[in-house]
Parts: sequence; C-alpha cells; structure tokens
Amino acid sequence: MIQVENLTKRFGDVVAVDRLSFEVRRGEIFGLLGPNGAGKTTTIQLLLALTTPTSGTARVLGWDVTRQRRRVLQRVNFSSAYIALPSNLTVRQNLKVFARLYGIRKAEERVRELLELFEIPGIADRPTGALSSGQLTRVNLCKAFVNDPEVLFLDEPTASLDPDIAEKVRSMLKRFQRERGVSIVYTSHNMREVEILCDRVLFISRGRSVAQGSPAEVIERANGASLEDIFIAIARDGELRDTAASRE
Amino acid sequence: MTGMTGSWLRISGLLLRYLYLYRRSAARIMGILFWPVMDLLVWGFLTTYLGRMVLPSAVVFLLGAVIFWDIFYSAQQAITLSITEEIWVRNILNIFVAPVSVPELLIATSIVGAARAGTSAAFLALLAWAFYSFNLAAIGLALVPFFFALILFGWAMGMFTMALVLRFGQAAEALIWGIPFLIQPISAVFYPVKVLPGWLQPVAKALPSTHVFEGLREALKTGRVDVRRLATALALDLVALLLGALFFAWMLSRVREKGYLSRLGME
Repeated sequence: MIQVENLTKRFGDVVAVDRLSFEVRRGEIFGLLGPNGAGKTTTIQLLLALTTPTSGTARVLGWDVTRQRRRVLQRVNFSSAYIALPSNLTVRQNLKVFARLYGIRKAEERVRELLELFEIPGIADRPTGALSSGQLTRVNLCKAFVNDPEVLFLDEPTASLDPDIAEKVRSMLKRFQRERGVSIVYTSHNMREVEILCDRVLFISRGRSVAQGSPAEVIERANGASLEDIFIAIARDGELRDTAASRE
Repeated sequence: MTGMTGSWLRISGLLLRYLYLYRRSAARIMGILFWPVMDLLVWGFLTTYLGRMVLPSAVVFLLGAVIFWDIFYSAQQAITLSITEEIWVRNILNIFVAPVSVPELLIATSIVGAARAGTSAAFLALLAWAFYSFNLAAIGLALVPFFFALILFGWAMGMFTMALVLRFGQAAEALIWGIPFLIQPISAVFYPVKVLPGWLQPVAKALPSTHVFEGLREALKTGRVDVRRLATALALDLVALLLGALFFAWMLSRVREKGYLSRLGME
C-alpha cells in the first residue's frame, strides 16, 4: 500500500527525514514512532503531498505521491488531534462539505451512514465547536472515513482523550481495520496504545530509521525492554542500544 | 471521482463551505454590506455638498467610483479571506489533503468573489438611488463589461494576496486589506489619471482598474462607452489573471517545498 525508498527531506541545513525506507502492507496498522522532532510529522506530510521530498520516492497505492497527488489523495485520508474542523459549522455541515470535496455524490446519505457507524447520530446538528473532546475525535474520524479510504493517516488521534474514550476509539479503529481492510499509519506517544494497536512499528530519530518490525520483534531486539523504555532510550541516545542492559 | 462531475462536486463542496461560513458569520455579512454602505454614505453626502457648491457632475462621478471600487475590493477580499478563514480555524490542512486541484480552488473562490461583489454592488446601487437619486442603471448595458473587468482584476489581485497569505501566514494578513488601498491612489478611482505625476502615469495605465474608472467617468459624462478603453482593461485583466494564477501556483509549490502548509495548519 505504501512503499518509501530513501526518502529525504531537507529544510536548509536541517535534515528532517534522512534516507527513510519502509513499507506498509494492506490492512495493517503501522506505528510511526519517535520523540518530538524525530521527523514523523514531516514523513506524514511527504506521504500526503503537503511537502515535496528533496530526494527518494514515496508511493501510495502504487502511485508516486508527488506526481500523482490527486489520485493518491482521492483514496487516502488524514486526521490529526492538532487540526480542527470549522467550529461554527454543525457536524452535518462539516461532513457534507468534505463528502463533496471527495467527490461523493450522495453526500447527505454518506454523512448519515458515518454518524451511525461512529455512534454519534445525536450530535449531527450541533455546532462542532460545542462538542466534547471524545465527540470531536469521532467527528474527525467520520471526516477521515468519508471517502472510505484505503490508507488512513492518523496523527495522535487519542491525544487529549480520557482512557475510556481512547480505548473506544482504538476498538473502533481495530474494527475498521478488520472489516474494511484499511491500512493505517498511526503516530502516538502512548506506547501501551501502540503495543495494543499496531501490527508493525518504525522508530525514527533525527529523521533516520532506528528500529522496525512488529512490536514483539522490536522488543526482542532490545532484549525484552518495553516499547516505553525503547522510546525513552531512542529519545535520549538517538539510537536503539541494549535497552534492557541500560535499565539495569 | 475524476472528470467534470468530480470537479464540479469538489467546487460545489468548497462553495457550500463558503456559504455556510457567510450564513453563520455576522462579521462576514458586515463585510459585504456595512463598510461599503458607510463608504457610500460618507462620500455620498460629501459629494452632494460639493455638487451644490462646485461641480454638479462630481456627485455622479464620485458615487459611481465608490460603487465600482467596492466591486474590485469585494472580489479581492472574498478570494483571499476564503483561504485565510481556513487558516484561522485550523482547517487548512483538511482542505489541502482533500483531492482538490488548484484550478478547482481558484474557481470556487472566484465564484464567491463574484457573488460577493455582485451583492454588494446591487445593494449600494439601490441605496445610492434612494439617498442621492443616483441611477447607476442609467449607464445601461455598458455597466456589465465594466463590472466584469473589475471582477477579473479583483480575482487576479485576490490570487496574489492569497498566495502571500499561504507563504507568510498570519504575518501577511495586513496585506489582505492593504494591497487594494495601495492600488487605489494610482487607479484613477476618484480623479482622472492625468492628475497623477507624469512618471506615475505609465504605472497607472498598466492597471486594468485605471482604464475601467476612466472609461466609467467617460460613460457617465457622455453616455457612450469607449470600447478601446474597455478592450485595454480586459486585455490587461487577462495578463493580470495569468500572472496571478502563475504566482499562486509558484508560491504553492514553494510552500510545499518549504513545508509551510503544516505550519499554517497548526498556527
């Protein structure tokens, strides 16, 4: 679904993404992990054609992201805890606008389906700005699923949610992955969540790949350290050392 | 979805977004009606006074200029504010990760610009008739090409300022309101171009707006349209539109290269 080869992005002297290579398979949840400033957001921007690469290639669904931007964007979607839908529009109005932007003919019908799917039909006519964090996250996910995407990019979707709502969101994502076969690129700083949710993970630091594999494989490589410890070690050292040994 | 139907759906999606925005924002409605009306009232009463004292035709010229200036201003503002509003509400990334093309975005914002300019001009014309017995429609069909020429220039300048906002973010917001007033003194809006110093006249004549306002004064005075002047305005409009679109596309590619979109999205 996603093939990234030697992807590099420089901003002047700063190398934000440094010869990154990875792939995301059909129907898997892929954790893109690393400390703040590691290059996760830039990598997602590159995969969404918000930024152009300095070198290397990124292909989504077989298409080059830079050259065939619109084809890719038609079949992927994105949600982030750090961006918002217009707060003065109702949930229904917001979703209707995005349904049309994704070229969906029966926008009204699609919005109804999504609100049912995410179990929030009761808030359809409320202004988006009047919703709780949990409701907002679900509305953002409705927007992210509006075009029934094959690849979904979720940037810390559970940030600022209480554990109960966060767990509900994770369950929903797992269900959609199972039922719809959607591939999800997921960023989070919550390593317990990553362990539960992700089929494979990629740790990056200073734009470079540090460790890659299933959570179990990465843990094994770090001599049984938890993902949390691995994250901390990478954040401090910039690479994956013998984490278990360093803990002792 | 690709092709014309898909394009139209995306354009209609953007239009729906702007319609919702205007319907729910008193400030936007004020922008269309309140400020232009205030302009019209201040200038209108002043020129009525001047007309009685000095030159009766001044009333007609200045009122026509106020209404027509607002056409350009509204078109430029509507285009630029469409994007700026998305930055304000942190929705810009949602728009740019949707499969909307640059032409679709420009078409949608231009339609909003034309609708806003048309609404505003119609309202002002009605008020001018009610307060000052100024009948803009007396110019007849010649109004239409002048109106159209100013809308085109408003679109071109709107693209230019929208590109600057994308590049510089909220730091460039002053330009949204500032750029039209940079153009106004050299567009011969309220006085003929020959009033300007000699060295500035060629600059003024390179602007389509100058030919529109000169042509408008001529039409108000004689009842005839100087077709050559109108053709010059439209030709310069096409150049401005082309430059505006190219500048926007170039700036957008720079913004993508530098990664400014995500900064805008989270500003």
